[in-house]
Amino acid sequence: MKKVLIIVSFIGLALTIVPSFLIFYGVIVMKTHFWLMGIGMVLWFATAPFWMKSKSLDEVEK
Amino acid sequence: MPMNQPPAAAAKNTIIERLDALYEYDREPVSEKKLHGWKTFIAMFAGEHVAGTEFVLGPLMVMHGVSARDFFLGLLVGNTLAVLSWALLTAPVAVKTRLTIYWQLKKLIGPYLTIAYSAFYALILCLLAGAMVNVAVTAISIPFNIPNPNYIAGELFPSFPWIILAIIIGTVIALLAVLGFEKIAHFSKICAPWMILVFFAAAIAVLAKLGTTSFGDFWEISKTKIFTGVPVGNNTKYTFWHVAGFAWLCNATQHMGMSDITIFRYAKSWTQGFASAFGMFLGHFGAWVASGILCAAYLSEGFTNPQPGTIALYGAGLAGAACVVIAGWTTANPTLYRAGLAIQVVTPNWKRWKVTFAAGAFMIFTACIPAINANLDRIVAYYGLFFIPLGAFIILDVWLFPKIGLISNFTEKAGKTFSWPAAIAWFGPFLFSLFLYGKDNIPVLERLFAGTLPLWLENIKMDLTFLVAPEWILAALLYLGLSLLQQNISKSKQLTGKGVLA
Repeated sequence: MKKVLIIVSFIGLALTIVPSFLIFYGVIVMKTHFWLMGIGMVLWFATAPFWMKSKSLDEVEK
Repeated sequence: MPMNQPPAAAAKNTIIERLDALYEYDREPVSEKKLHGWKTFIAMFAGEHVAGTEFVLGPLMVMHGVSARDFFLGLLVGNTLAVLSWALLTAPVAVKTRLTIYWQLKKLIGPYLTIAYSAFYALILCLLAGAMVNVAVTAISIPFNIPNPNYIAGELFPSFPWIILAIIIGTVIALLAVLGFEKIAHFSKICAPWMILVFFAAAIAVLAKLGTTSFGDFWEISKTKIFTGVPVGNNTKYTFWHVAGFAWLCNATQHMGMSDITIFRYAKSWTQGFASAFGMFLGHFGAWVASGILCAAYLSEGFTNPQPGTIALYGAGLAGAACVVIAGWTTANPTLYRAGLAIQVVTPNWKRWKVTFAAGAFMIFTACIPAINANLDRIVAYYGLFFIPLGAFIILDVWLFPKIGLISNFTEKAGKTFSWPAAIAWFGPFLFSLFLYGKDNIPVLERLFAGTLPLWLENIKMDLTFLVAPEWILAALLYLGLSLLQQNISKSKQLTGKGVLA
């Protein structure tokens, strides 16, 4: 399950950055880029909190 | 309270005791088993330095007419100096003493100056949190069709609906800060990888609008359309020295001013100070370049008043606007929490929630002053210059004093509550820097010193950003000289039987 979540998160990141290159090379229009970035955002925030850990400095490193 | 103690002295003791109690949990040096590796520091720096204010600072450089060569070279040099400052100054001290900045300063400068440090730090943190709330409101105002204030066009205050939005957002942030910021800090770390990609994606997407057809054109477009070398409006012209100085100075409190020893005391080795490169080169290089490109593309389409929210929406749509809100919110929240903590030491008998709300009210007030974000680079420069002398004292006290026969932590060992060498060497060099800059740039000081200065002094033209190294060195020399004097006087007193040292 964790692996699936990680894969979906990275798809979200890919949808955030890749469309900008497609815009740059004239493959898609700005509106599509906005939509794809929006979908990327939803995928990232829907999955990353479930697998990304963040330790505070006060926590002991095992 | 002891019965034989005069009320004034008792009150003084109370504030020092309160201060100590507040930081009691981290009084002892960090133990070996609590140390962290590279990964923690890389994640922390990468997350903390891609913040809402990055959307302000890149455009500020464009508005001040930096040329492409000056911008890229300046960022390279300034950020490298910042990384070296963390790695060669801050981290080695932190690893040697493993104390927080609070306890380190208290040993050196005594509790009263440490209280002053906390109060000034709280003030600047509220200002910075206000700048971040401002950034968030510039995005949230868009769907409500509330125009953002245009400071360059002479709008000194936002509209009433904009102020209401700032109050709502500021209150939510203050409320979350009262509840603690651990969860928000975790959330901001989750946002970091996505946020940096939004910055880059927005910039790449608008490059075509500037006339770029391949990445080979980038340098030409940079020179002619982005960092043109021509200031916008009445802004002053920035050069390589301004950019390099600012990139070095903008986190100077943390590195040269040593406040990040609180973080690096958890490092396994001083070399982990180089982890700061991830924050500097992703945030203060990549994100500044990206937001600069966004600003230039936005202006090139005939729009005016490039605000963080509007330029992000322009380059990345809804995801861009969300990025601005999240970047502003996640950085304002811990900043306000820390401000509350710092204020609490000077407000005896106030509960934490009251202190945080008081800081929050000040944060909202500052968020409603467009001049703050329009001059954020100046404010950050003042803040850096104000605190860097304290870092010079710590460096000397930890590394040099034992080698030349001076006593480290003299104030604590001598049982003093106030260090006059530190007071003079802290405020003196800062005021001198302020004078050097202000005599040509601050109207009150310009009038005050007009025609009164010798020609050689009149001819020295200094920007705040040029003063990092001179002020730090002056503070170090002054502290060294005055400490020699103080400790020699103490020795003389001891020899005549009036000593204070055991």
